[in-house]
Amino acid sequence: MLLNQFLLLAAVLFAVGVYGVIVRRNGVLVLMSIELILNAVNINLIAFSTFWGMGGQVFALFVIAVAAAEVGVGLAIVLLIYRNKRSIDIDALDELKG
Amino acid sequence: MTGLFAAAPSAVSFDTPANIAFAVIAVVMVIAAVRVVTTRNVVHAALWLMIVLGGNGLLYLLLQAEFVAMTQFLVYLGAIVVLFLFGIMLTRAPLGRSDDLDNDQRWMGVAVSLILLVVIGYSLIKTYSDDKLTFGAVRNAGTNAQTQDLATSIFVDYLVPFEVVSVLLLAALIGAIVLARRD
Repeated sequence: MLLNQFLLLAAVLFAVGVYGVIVRRNGVLVLMSIELILNAVNINLIAFSTFWGMGGQVFALFVIAVAAAEVGVGLAIVLLIYRNKRSIDIDALDELKG
Repeated sequence: MTGLFAAAPSAVSFDTPANIAFAVIAVVMVIAAVRVVTTRNVVHAALWLMIVLGGNGLLYLLLQAEFVAMTQFLVYLGAIVVLFLFGIMLTRAPLGRSDDLDNDQRWMGVAVSLILLVVIGYSLIKTYSDDKLTFGAVRNAGTNAQTQDLATSIFVDYLVPFEVVSVLLLAALIGAIVLARRD
């Protein structure tokens, strides 16, 4: 197997995740797109760890742990937005717009 | 990209079945990822996301990172997808089809992600065009040396980051409780 096939797959998943972050309005769907991005990065880390030792796998585990924390806090924030505005439309949060 | 999957040598080796498995997993993952960001149903998006995360775990198995694969299955498929489903339920998202999930920046989003993909893909193809993967566990098959190496690496080389991550998880737990509490 070539290294590049994993890296290119990760690049495709990353681009799809960026598209989701830009286009989606629902807060939960934006968080799901961020998960796609984090997973694409994890594929890169694991693929490179077959070259340069165990550091990649260790950092993939760290990324998984941080992603779990991020989803917990992110969903709590989305829940607060829902409680205050009765919707989770991210585009409606424009109070800081001049 | 052409000739990427044709690189398997003709001799009987680990390469050909691994390439076939990779091709199947990659196609399923890309289709599922596109469905996550385009589907009109919020619950379906979470279920498609499950397929992408499972495919990620299978890729880790293919790359012989067994411990990370098991962690991926447990944490992502077991915990994070359930957390997403609870989030969908608690925010009373529309359970059927709904047509207002996307904003009007679709073509801007397509342009940005395509430019990103072209830049990343070009630099990857230019840099790593003929790097082959070398596997540690194949050299000493039948042992779990890979996982032992991983444990040694976590608890010797990366001990301080490991502790910091555990403190971060505790902080996130308390933060989520404080944020979501109703008082």
